Amino acid sequence: MIGFIASFVLSFFAYLFLTANQGDILGLWSQYEMIFAVIISLIVAMISTKVLFQKKRYRLLNPLRWVIFLFYLIGPFFIAMAKANIDVAYRVITGKINPGIVKISPNLKSDAAITLLANSITLTPGTLSVDIDESNNDLYIHWINVTNLKPAIEDICGSFPTWARRIAE
Amino acid sequence: MTVLSIILFIFLIIGIFFNGLGSIGLMRFPDVYTRLHAATKCTTFGSIFTSLAVIIFGFYFWKVSGDSKYGVLALHTIVALGCLIITNPTGAHAIARAAHRSGVMPKQAVIDELKEADLK
Amino acid sequence: MTQLFNIFLITSVLLLLFMLISLFRLVLGPTVPDRVVALDTINTLIIAGMILFGAAMEEVIYIDVAIVYALLSYIATLYIAKHMERRSKDK
Repeated sequence: MIGFIASFVLSFFAYLFLTANQGDILGLWSQYEMIFAVIISLIVAMISTKVLFQKKRYRLLNPLRWVIFLFYLIGPFFIAMAKANIDVAYRVITGKINPGIVKISPNLKSDAAITLLANSITLTPGTLSVDIDESNNDLYIHWINVTNLKPAIEDICGSFPTWARRIAE
Repeated sequence: MTVLSIILFIFLIIGIFFNGLGSIGLMRFPDVYTRLHAATKCTTFGSIFTSLAVIIFGFYFWKVSGDSKYGVLALHTIVALGCLIITNPTGAHAIARAAHRSGVMPKQAVIDELKEADLK
Repeated sequence: MTQLFNIFLITSVLLLLFMLISLFRLVLGPTVPDRVVALDTINTLIIAGMILFGAAMEEVIYIDVAIVYALLSYIATLYIAKHMERRSKDK
């Protein structure tokens, strides 16, 4: 039931977000639009509840986690991304590379956390996640400038596993 | 030149620079994985900046002219940007994984633990 | 007003130039994954260009098309990757 309500609210706001235009309510929506939005999002919620909440985990619905996620996106993640791009610029211009594929074990359990970590790693300096060992969630990472052959997690992704654990686990 | 157009100009210049760097890196790097580095990071970062310019433009003219068309422009650009940020690195993983499994090995590699691991 | 729109239009034309550069990799690329990377880059640039073009023409419909294009090109990339994996497994 929690899953149904959550997916209803999500699809309702998604519909309103995409159909904002002239109207009576707040100057953006008309009444008919609202009624139609309720009907459409009821149908969508019926279909998508089973897909969205397969494992019956509702931790990600906590608004505090969303606030932390937004903070993470604007703060540490954006700074790391800017560094990454300057690093790539340097390597494109000079052509100095020393690549290799290394393994790290971040010890994360949930799928959402590992996805978030893998995406963060791909967009941050010199690293690109290539494959995952699904039995114990080890990540294999292509590193463009290998400095030591048995790297610690801090060498590759800094404090990202802590953030991923805080947001999605 | 107002303050707005200077801000837009700076954002667009940054966006163009990194997008161009992405496609030049695609030509210069030696193998698939390093090319993915250039392509994914630089084009995502560049597209964030060009889209931010559009978002600022939309919200500014919404406030000045009161025409909700500009507001709609900015809101939809936010949605498109969100899709881009989520889908781009995920697509890069898929390509990298498929490349490694179909037998394209990294050139000049000093270490390749994935080859030794032999995953199913 | 028109000056601002011209800024967006010039930017999207420059993006078109970068698409041409990436197209060389698509044609030259020695292996199949190289070509897919080039295709993915071109898709991202097209989405960015479509957003800028929509802003230049003040039409929201281009940006809606960009959203749909982003999701569809993502699915296409995933499918090509899946196909490459399966073909290598059959060998």
